[in-house]
Amino acid sequence: MAWTRQLLRVNLTEGTCIPEPLNMDWANQYLGQRGLATRYLVEEIDPQCDALGADNKMIMATGPLTGTMASTAGRYSVITKSPLTGAVACSNSGGFFGAELKNAGWDMIIFEGKSPAPVYLHIENNNATLMPATDLWGKSCWETDEMLHAKHQDPQMRIAVVGRSAEQGCLFSSVINDLHRAAGRSGVGTVMASKNLKAVAVRGSLGVGNIKDPARFMSAVSAGKKVLAENPVTGEGLPALGTQVLMNVINEVGAMPTRNMQEVQFEGASKISGEAMLEPRESDGKPNLTRNGGCFACTIACGRISTIDREHFSVKEKPQYWGNSGGLEYEAAWALGSDTGVDDLDALTYVNFLCNEDGMDPISFGATVAAAMELFESGAISTQHTDGVELKFGNAQALCWAAEKSATGEGFGADINLGSRRLCEKYGRPELSMTVKGQEFPAYDPRGIQGMGLTYATSNRGACHLRSYTVSSEILGVPEKTDPLQTEGKAGLVKAFQDATAAVDSSGLCVFTTFAWTLDDISPQIDAACDGDWSPERLVEVGERIWQLERDFNMKAGITGSDDTLPQRLLKDAAKSGPAKGKVCELGEMLPEYYQLRGWTQDGQLTAETRSKFDLPS
Amino acid sequence: MKIKFKLYATLQDKLPANAVDNAVEVDVDEQVTLFQLIDQFGVPRESAHLVLVNGTYFAAEQRAETGVLSDGDVVAIWPPVAGG
Repeated sequence: MAWTRQLLRVNLTEGTCIPEPLNMDWANQYLGQRGLATRYLVEEIDPQCDALGADNKMIMATGPLTGTMASTAGRYSVITKSPLTGAVACSNSGGFFGAELKNAGWDMIIFEGKSPAPVYLHIENNNATLMPATDLWGKSCWETDEMLHAKHQDPQMRIAVVGRSAEQGCLFSSVINDLHRAAGRSGVGTVMASKNLKAVAVRGSLGVGNIKDPARFMSAVSAGKKVLAENPVTGEGLPALGTQVLMNVINEVGAMPTRNMQEVQFEGASKISGEAMLEPRESDGKPNLTRNGGCFACTIACGRISTIDREHFSVKEKPQYWGNSGGLEYEAAWALGSDTGVDDLDALTYVNFLCNEDGMDPISFGATVAAAMELFESGAISTQHTDGVELKFGNAQALCWAAEKSATGEGFGADINLGSRRLCEKYGRPELSMTVKGQEFPAYDPRGIQGMGLTYATSNRGACHLRSYTVSSEILGVPEKTDPLQTEGKAGLVKAFQDATAAVDSSGLCVFTTFAWTLDDISPQIDAACDGDWSPERLVEVGERIWQLERDFNMKAGITGSDDTLPQRLLKDAAKSGPAKGKVCELGEMLPEYYQLRGWTQDGQLTAETRSKFDLPS
Repeated sequence: MKIKFKLYATLQDKLPANAVDNAVEVDVDEQVTLFQLIDQFGVPRESAHLVLVNGTYFAAEQRAETGVLSDGDVVAIWPPVAGG
């Protein structure tokens, strides 16, 4: 089984916490986590509801393997309607919170309504209680975590929390768990704060039972771990350099979005790369990177634990930031660095700490600051808006200032917290927003990696690399190398990645395993743990059903095929350097074939035949 | 002719001590192959997964060809890497 077969329904308006059986018919169709929670969301909310209203719901969901001994099996996701995009939001996080929730006996928590006053949810196995959180409101994620651990006198309690940015309505706030892991994108933390829910604190000691065939499960899990250990990516590269190993790669191939995506290569990339994080500092002889770190049950351990140079301007008078904390991942380093033109590794690390401390998504934050910098340099905003700060590309002090303002929502921080699209619209330059469906781009320029253009345009949560990471094939040659500058075959490649990823995101496993594992490695683990037959083919079918369900929700929310596009800059302005010099993203060459492969109409609508094929709800 | 040669990630230890930003300038014959360069720096051929010349990927079968490099080219090499 692996599922606990029990969910917790928390009505914040009424103040009730009621267990109910998991819908196993849906579990068989959607597996768990991303897929299953989306099925509940579709059933229970109006897609056109106000994302920050009481009618929206927020679901924290584990997968059937979450909390088990399978490698990386600590994942959970937060599913809701996004205030940033109006589309379905599904943000996946590691750390230890998800496994703790599962060990407390819950597959998922559905939060509905809105509490009249700040509360937090305390779970100790089967006992779930809403507790007053007035004293926690206005505190950062880190302060709240410390206060709750002190209050409950339980160092093993795991906490997911929203920071001050979310309380202030920042539209790209994350849910932070275990201090520096995040359900990062699409403003899922903003929804949580809108419900006056400050934190979820969980202690689970029940274990995860219900494994269908324990002996076969242990054997499948061991085989999977062996594959991860022997693969050079998951066994060597990711532990040593983390995702930041990509900084120099992506810059070299000319797909590094730079200065609000005006350019595709950043002259300062090497200074903020994974290799640079290993270099000893002049001041104290220590490198930025202290060690790698792993989430629950992970045998890869790609996480970064870093320190900032104590002599750096950002922290010289702030000893609270001198210790070890979550360091730069590639996406954060790109958004905070290349996209803003800042090549100061310590400044980026400081801003990354602030993003964790107060729950800003560093991708959306960095990309929005980049847009603000272009607005500033073009004269659309001035020092009158920025308290006298010269918000220019490359200004590390300005970047740090912007993060401090975003964390509290004060002054110009309130403008940044609108996200790139609304900020650029407010100041009359909507074309400067580098977003799809209102969500900011991640770290791959689609002029240099054509498949990623289709990935972004069709992603069900707006611009996102984690919905179909074709970079793996187009640049990194995993599992097979394809030409990043060609569009032929990319529609099928994107669809295959989208479907497989949706299945992995619904299992409780980390998508990073797929640098070494295929569904042939994952399937035996799920099949041994869960009732039913979970062949690779069935996982693909489940993944496609999830994709269609998310698309259907978005269509009902008012999104159309015309939203499956990219900013004009990427479609009209050619790359200025590198192998893609002279090229734009040829989205139009890929989109029609993609629609056809999906079984959609020429304008991107689901057909009755497709709806029937996947048994989608009406 | 002179080219710039770069090694990254777990291969960077193969570079000489005078490397700056993971790169060294090297004098090479015009007929040099990529495999000869890879061998010269002690990089196991199976570890040279991503071989880029001026940012463009060269597959294994192209690495034994002569005449692929010109003066001022940049050769950059990674072992199998990935991220997200």
